[in-house]
Amino acid sequence: MPETLELLKKLISAPGLSGYEGPVSQLVAEAWEAITDELQTSRVGSLQGLQCGTGTDPRPKILLATHMDAIGLMVSGYAGDCLRVTSVGGVDHRVLPGQSVTVHGREDLPGLVAQPPANLIPGGDKKKPVAMQYLLVDVGLNAEELRQKVRVGDLISFAQEPLEMGENTVAGHSLDNRVSVVALTLALEDLRDRSHAWDVWAVATAQEEETMAGAKTSAYDLRPELAVAVDVTFGEGPGAPKHKAYPLGEGVTLGWGPTVHPVLHAEFKKIAQELEIPFALEPLPRRSGTDADALQLSTVGIPTMVVSIPLRYMHTPVEMVSLKDIKRAGRLLAEFVARLPLDYMDTLTWKESVSLS
Amino acid sequence: MLEIGQEQLELLERLTNACAVSGDEGAVRKIVLDEVEEYVDELQVDALGNVLALCRGEGDGERLKVMVAAHMDEVGFMLTADEKKGLYRFARVGGLDPRQLVGKALWVGAERIPGVIGAKPIHFTKKKERQNAISLESLRIDVGPENGSKIKVGDRATFATQFTRLGKSIRAKALDDRFGVATLIELVKHAPQNIDLLTAFTVQEEVGLRGAWVAAYALDPDLGFALDSTPARDFLPWNDEEENVTYNTRLGAGPAIYTTDARTISDPRLIKHLITTAEELDLPYQLRQPGGGGTDAGAIHRQRAGVPSVTVSVPARYLHSAASLARMADWEATLALVHAALGRLGAGIMQFAD
Amino acid sequence: MKSLIKKFAQIPGPSGYENQIRAAVRAEVEPCANEVIVDALGNLIVRWGEKGPDGLRMMLSAHLDEIGVIATHVDKKGFVRFAGLGGVHPAYCVGGHVRFLNGTRGVISFEKESGLKKMPSLDKLFIDVGATSPGDCPVGVGDVAVFARKYQELGEKIVTKALDDRIGVVVLVEALRQLHEENLDSPHELYFVFSTQEEVGLRGAGTSAYHINPDLGLSVDVTSTGDTPKGSKMEVRLGEGPAIKVRDGGMLSDPRVVDWMVSTAEEHEIPCQLEILKGGTTDARAIQVTRAGVPVGCLSVPCRYVHSPSEMVDYGDVEDSVRLLVALLSDQVPQLEGEE
Repeated sequence: MPETLELLKKLISAPGLSGYEGPVSQLVAEAWEAITDELQTSRVGSLQGLQCGTGTDPRPKILLATHMDAIGLMVSGYAGDCLRVTSVGGVDHRVLPGQSVTVHGREDLPGLVAQPPANLIPGGDKKKPVAMQYLLVDVGLNAEELRQKVRVGDLISFAQEPLEMGENTVAGHSLDNRVSVVALTLALEDLRDRSHAWDVWAVATAQEEETMAGAKTSAYDLRPELAVAVDVTFGEGPGAPKHKAYPLGEGVTLGWGPTVHPVLHAEFKKIAQELEIPFALEPLPRRSGTDADALQLSTVGIPTMVVSIPLRYMHTPVEMVSLKDIKRAGRLLAEFVARLPLDYMDTLTWKESVSLS
Repeated sequence: MLEIGQEQLELLERLTNACAVSGDEGAVRKIVLDEVEEYVDELQVDALGNVLALCRGEGDGERLKVMVAAHMDEVGFMLTADEKKGLYRFARVGGLDPRQLVGKALWVGAERIPGVIGAKPIHFTKKKERQNAISLESLRIDVGPENGSKIKVGDRATFATQFTRLGKSIRAKALDDRFGVATLIELVKHAPQNIDLLTAFTVQEEVGLRGAWVAAYALDPDLGFALDSTPARDFLPWNDEEENVTYNTRLGAGPAIYTTDARTISDPRLIKHLITTAEELDLPYQLRQPGGGGTDAGAIHRQRAGVPSVTVSVPARYLHSAASLARMADWEATLALVHAALGRLGAGIMQFAD
Repeated sequence: MKSLIKKFAQIPGPSGYENQIRAAVRAEVEPCANEVIVDALGNLIVRWGEKGPDGLRMMLSAHLDEIGVIATHVDKKGFVRFAGLGGVHPAYCVGGHVRFLNGTRGVISFEKESGLKKMPSLDKLFIDVGATSPGDCPVGVGDVAVFARKYQELGEKIVTKALDDRIGVVVLVEALRQLHEENLDSPHELYFVFSTQEEVGLRGAGTSAYHINPDLGLSVDVTSTGDTPKGSKMEVRLGEGPAIKVRDGGMLSDPRVVDWMVSTAEEHEIPCQLEILKGGTTDARAIQVTRAGVPVGCLSVPCRYVHSPSEMVDYGDVEDSVRLLVALLSDQVPQLEGEE
């Protein structure tokens, strides 16, 4: 438990906005070094780690994808001694005023998001939120210093420190989706000590929040027979409709819908029941909104599964998650992989009805 | 020329009465597999559930590899939360107008349990309230207090509409795109010998042309055709002096050839080939009004290094609702046109006129 | 170069119907090329140079197509209804002239019902080609047209239609010509792609990138500016040099490619600007996610009034764009070395 927490805190404290995953990728590589047989960085920045199976060569491969990129801001221009910004990934401008941030200029600069007074904004209204284009970031430098140290295109990360809220609960930014990277790491550790027939490609994907470029390209490159995406889903809490949210600490969700191969879903469900890992069914009527959407559509098509970890306040700097659910996701992944027989693909067929059993 | 007879109508009846919401195409897939099995050289169900069937041409020369796609899936519903006593929350799968849902009967789940989408009795509604559409959020799928445990969250549902013949017309659900599926089955049964016919009965078209995307990668064709059904909105405008300028297509005017939609600019060479074929055989045709929408061609033509593609649709009224209506003659002409056009394809089609 | 801009901009080439402009570009580049291909979607692909030991296979993309309109209906009185091909804004349509590919000319007006105060939507607009009925209308459903506007020089500024992206096409042609005619050394195998259907969703670039399978991709396109009255607060201005894209509405440039472009510009003392465009995207987006992924960047020519019939660029920016592109292509790409 303490190691899981420490790894998670370390990962969410590293910058790694979409398209600029280098710093967090470095940390993930350190965590995976001893538990993989090969590590490589893809051409768009995803980290790909191979754990060889014991089956005879050529072995089938499973791709386990967790995106490591985070949302944040980017400098788009200057406004006197302040910066104008735009978002990287989906950021609600209403959560920004007053946030502490770090501007990654020629050096890291602490700063905060300023909400200019209504009378200085076209159509400004004291009661209305200030649109992204009018928000500013103030790093306390004068205009001249600012232009020396910060240029257009520099990144801005949230500076919220990780918060431990009891034994099993953590809050902070970028938990979407570093929690899944931790779950995948736990799975790799587990699998390291066990015999598994299949090759495992663990991929910390890049740019999920923007274009899914990482998942698309790694799936093409690695040509896995199966793929699983692990991501976060809505945790039950303020603002999340109850029928679309899942309680924190009470288990993972197993995706169900067009993105998910029904036989894979059934297999995950069976294993969860056997291991007494609590789970909920998550209906995904159209698409999953995760890397799975891209994985499934790679080349001739890949049977794909989605496992999710409930998380409160998604895409805010105070996302909240239960460590228990992270560990459950890791264990479930490992167990699924360990049980895959070499001839699994021969048994994976489409039945007339894909109804849930 | 291929014709629509009793056999073809019975096939369409079975196809439209089957339920196949995107992601759950098994019932239609089964019919397709049964129908085409004995006519094809190779047959495969891929990772997403597409049926890929190859009808090899004859002769020693180079043959064009022509992909023809029709989607097996239809719009419908998925149950998303159990509210007990037979009531379920649901989500729409594919584009469905919320105003088309209320007061309809459904088939729910693999066992086709009867269900309904009800509405507040008019007695409890206020005049002002009736000026607004009933909110999607307030609607539930209801199978009644006794059958609640026979279905579950994740199950799919469709409108419970039985195929009916209305004189020279057809009324059914899911004509989008069982017309295409039925047409494609006929093409397999009468496959032209001048080409390698690569047929794809695709999944998940209604949620983003997803089956066709991977099918086109696997088949790697030279040319692509999508067979679909497209709305006919050919009604008279309210004001007598006005003209309907946004009809999309017209019922009875023959197969609709696409020039552009939101996902594809049809290859001009293929448009010309279809028009020439229609004119030489004296078959009716119409150009679908350029505009929105998308078909499997939108995925096929962008796969790998690019595939010149075009779409031909059977016009039908009231698509994406409980019941659609179409003319048999339009279907027959579509089948005849596509069959003839495929039969006349030669290597020369690929030349670009600069 | 100005005569080439004038020539290319005036040739019609709406998305999907790039035949004429493709032929014109082909005639210019053929003498310089090692190989010329027109692929299944009509992309013109020109290969030049051999890949040396330190070289890359590089794809450079500028799109041939321009926005246009397509006829959807001819009404009883001969008025032509239309839909946009690409991002056509009603504000830039009303009062405009169009030319159909069959030579028919027309003017755009709108249904007066809602008055002049509110901008009508595209479906309330129509084209008058001087016809009185469908019978005497020389245009039918499916016919396509482009906006018409002559070429003008306003001081250092050039104004005409379709500078998006004929200016990029000119920059590519000119860079290729310089590399070839001046016998410049390049360690790279270069693919100059004149792509189709960019304005309707980067369709040609995606398939040509798959075909080429490049190690690195650069698009050359226009970008908006922030230097007009009450315009957007964008840090790109006309006349201050080519813009190096950091991100746009659909893509994040590869940071290594951005650094390489910036340092090359600095080394050769070519003025440049860093670009963040909030809406829109370029061929680079499609290239980036092709196959196993491609590091990409974009060289943008600053352009005012994009997607209007009067797009404006600065001639000095165009010249500097060519200089920067030639400099980029003549040398190794240091940042990508050591990549597996």
